[in-house]
Amino acid sequence: MIEIVGLRKRFGTVTVLDGIDHQQAAGEVVALIGPSGCGKSTLLRCLNWLETPDAGSLRLGDVRIEAGTPEAADRRLRQLLRRRTGMIFQQFHLFPHRTALENVMEAPIHVDRLPRSEAHALAMGLLSKVGLADRAHHLPAQLSGGQQQRVAIARALAMKPQILLCDEPTSALDPELRGEVLTVLQTLAGEGMTLLIVTHELAFARDIAHRVVFLEGGRVVESGLTRAVLDQPQHPRLQEFLGKHRARPL
Amino acid sequence: MAWTTGVGSTTGAAQTPEPAIPQVLRWANDAEGGAPYIYHTPDNPDQLVGFEVELAQALCDRLGCTSQFVQYNWANLIPGLRQGGNYDIVIAALERTPENLAQVAMSRPYFAFGQQLVARTGDTNIQSLRDLAGRRIGVLASTLSHRLVTQQGGLEVRVYDENVNYFRDLELGRIDAVLTDSPIAAVQLRTSPNLRAAGPPFAPAHYAIAAPIGSSGLLTRINEALGSLIQDGTLERIYRRYELWGPQQAALATWTAEVVPTTTSGASTAATRLKPVPTLRYVTILIEAAVTTVWVSLTSMALAMTWGLGLALARCYGSRPVRWMAMSYIEVFRGTPLLLQLYFIYFGLAQQWGWKLSAGAAAVLTLGLNYAANEAENFRAGLEAIPRGQTEAALALGLSPVMTLRRILLPQALRISLPGITNDLIALFKDSSIVSVIGLVELTKEFLIRSLDAGDYIGLGILTAAIYLIMGHTASLAARTLERRLRT
Repeated sequence: MIEIVGLRKRFGTVTVLDGIDHQQAAGEVVALIGPSGCGKSTLLRCLNWLETPDAGSLRLGDVRIEAGTPEAADRRLRQLLRRRTGMIFQQFHLFPHRTALENVMEAPIHVDRLPRSEAHALAMGLLSKVGLADRAHHLPAQLSGGQQQRVAIARALAMKPQILLCDEPTSALDPELRGEVLTVLQTLAGEGMTLLIVTHELAFARDIAHRVVFLEGGRVVESGLTRAVLDQPQHPRLQEFLGKHRARPL
Repeated sequence: MAWTTGVGSTTGAAQTPEPAIPQVLRWANDAEGGAPYIYHTPDNPDQLVGFEVELAQALCDRLGCTSQFVQYNWANLIPGLRQGGNYDIVIAALERTPENLAQVAMSRPYFAFGQQLVARTGDTNIQSLRDLAGRRIGVLASTLSHRLVTQQGGLEVRVYDENVNYFRDLELGRIDAVLTDSPIAAVQLRTSPNLRAAGPPFAPAHYAIAAPIGSSGLLTRINEALGSLIQDGTLERIYRRYELWGPQQAALATWTAEVVPTTTSGASTAATRLKPVPTLRYVTILIEAAVTTVWVSLTSMALAMTWGLGLALARCYGSRPVRWMAMSYIEVFRGTPLLLQLYFIYFGLAQQWGWKLSAGAAAVLTLGLNYAANEAENFRAGLEAIPRGQTEAALALGLSPVMTLRRILLPQALRISLPGITNDLIALFKDSSIVSVIGLVELTKEFLIRSLDAGDYIGLGILTAAIYLIMGHTASLAARTLERRLRT
């Protein structure tokens, strides 16, 4: 489903991604971990072209892009990439001037050109799924953080993505609100959704991910099955990273 | 001379009555008056010339005092004189009419003239005011010409602040005729071959020197001095230099005050008391003027917001040259005076390229283009205040950049920009008064005209202010409702 080969990205003189290779099967849930600044968010944002990678190739389902080629500059190709993916942000980024329902209906109506009634039914179904049917007419400001993130998930699902990219989906939430978002994501994983999740919460990774990828300095340092990576780390940098995180209560 | 003031001894000062002639006689005029009255010659821009300038000098020489010119807005010369403090007398083509004599004391005439109708050379139908039914005529505000055309009725009167402007509009075809004092017409006709005198001068009248009511001592001395200037030919020599001498002026020597006697104490009290203001009539007059203010302001604002949004988008998202052009536009229109822009658009475009905009169109265009610079900055502030995540979330959902702008960014930006835009709209209600210089009578101009007529600044001032407040408050209320509609 996802195939990344030799992905590179530089911001000025700083190399953020230094040749990333990554494969992920459909229905697989992968957690990207690593110290801040290791490039894990940038990697995620390259997958839907919010950042333009400098080199490397990318395949998401049936869409292939080779960075740096003329086709990569084509807006339609970028659009295809974005149709394959949905994105969940740390800060939710709901549209503050629209209700929960309108947030979810926005893209089906204005991208998919769905009739209003169909979009409405679709949005209401998704809001029920994340347990927020009764909050459909609330503005984001009237919702708790956990509720906002659940609306954001419903909004992303409305475009029927094949892959859900989650950029620290629970970091901005109070601990007691993380559970509700986690539950929703676990449900999606159970339904076979392909999830790529950037997180620095190891407990969360342990709960949801089949595999863990540890990034540092823009490279994949270690990757493998969740338990193996988290319980028997091989690389000293990963051991050090895990050591620091265990010492800190979540 | 011995009889002037400033002897300096304390004992003397206590006994002598108030001296009639001050050491320095301050005379007021408006240098915008133009030839032949008072103007700067192009070859010596520092020096004022004109027959009134020379008359003032000759008069002060004769009176034995120093002459000091005071620049003052012509339309306000009489109120300024009545209020006192800035100048002692006015030598500025003030007509010796009962209306003026009710407000100030006036000397014997120093100049005789008539009303001259001026039309375009090609427009041969116009010979008198009667030929102008339903056509547009320009006059200077608060002049005898203004009163005459108002009394005539049936004319579309355009009121100007400056002579230069109505002649230009006449040449451009924006108006069909000008009624003005014969000396003004004479000077203009010398340089404008496409204008002609329509019929002979009529409604003979005189210019006289104005002094505050009650200053009869000063006025007596001025009358004596004027008399001697006329008798010994000084006046004739001055007027001949400006090609103004004729039998009319020669008759000044034998003039007697047949119409109204020089100031008496009775006239003084009557004139100093304010006339009662028929308030209700003025309310309707001012509200009609406010309609002009409102439509000029709202249309300008609509233009400013549309064009300003384009500029803001160019500035925020354009390529480098586009950004640079938008920025230059904003700097130029923010950084130069509105009045200058108005003259450029109204007169400049017509003169240079023959684009004869109507006064209303020029006003709306100027205010719109000028305020667009402000609105562009308001919109830019709004756009820049939106977190980057909003764009990313929209793009990630598959919305195109245009859709993202229209559906997600602009509604939020508008909400953020709205208080600034509302501020500008209220400022525009007030700033739009500038269009009176091209002959549009809006609220402030109407107030100025009516307060001069009525001699009432307080009552009409409060009334005018109230109308402005109502307009501004309505704008705030509308903005607040819109803000609530845009939510968050």
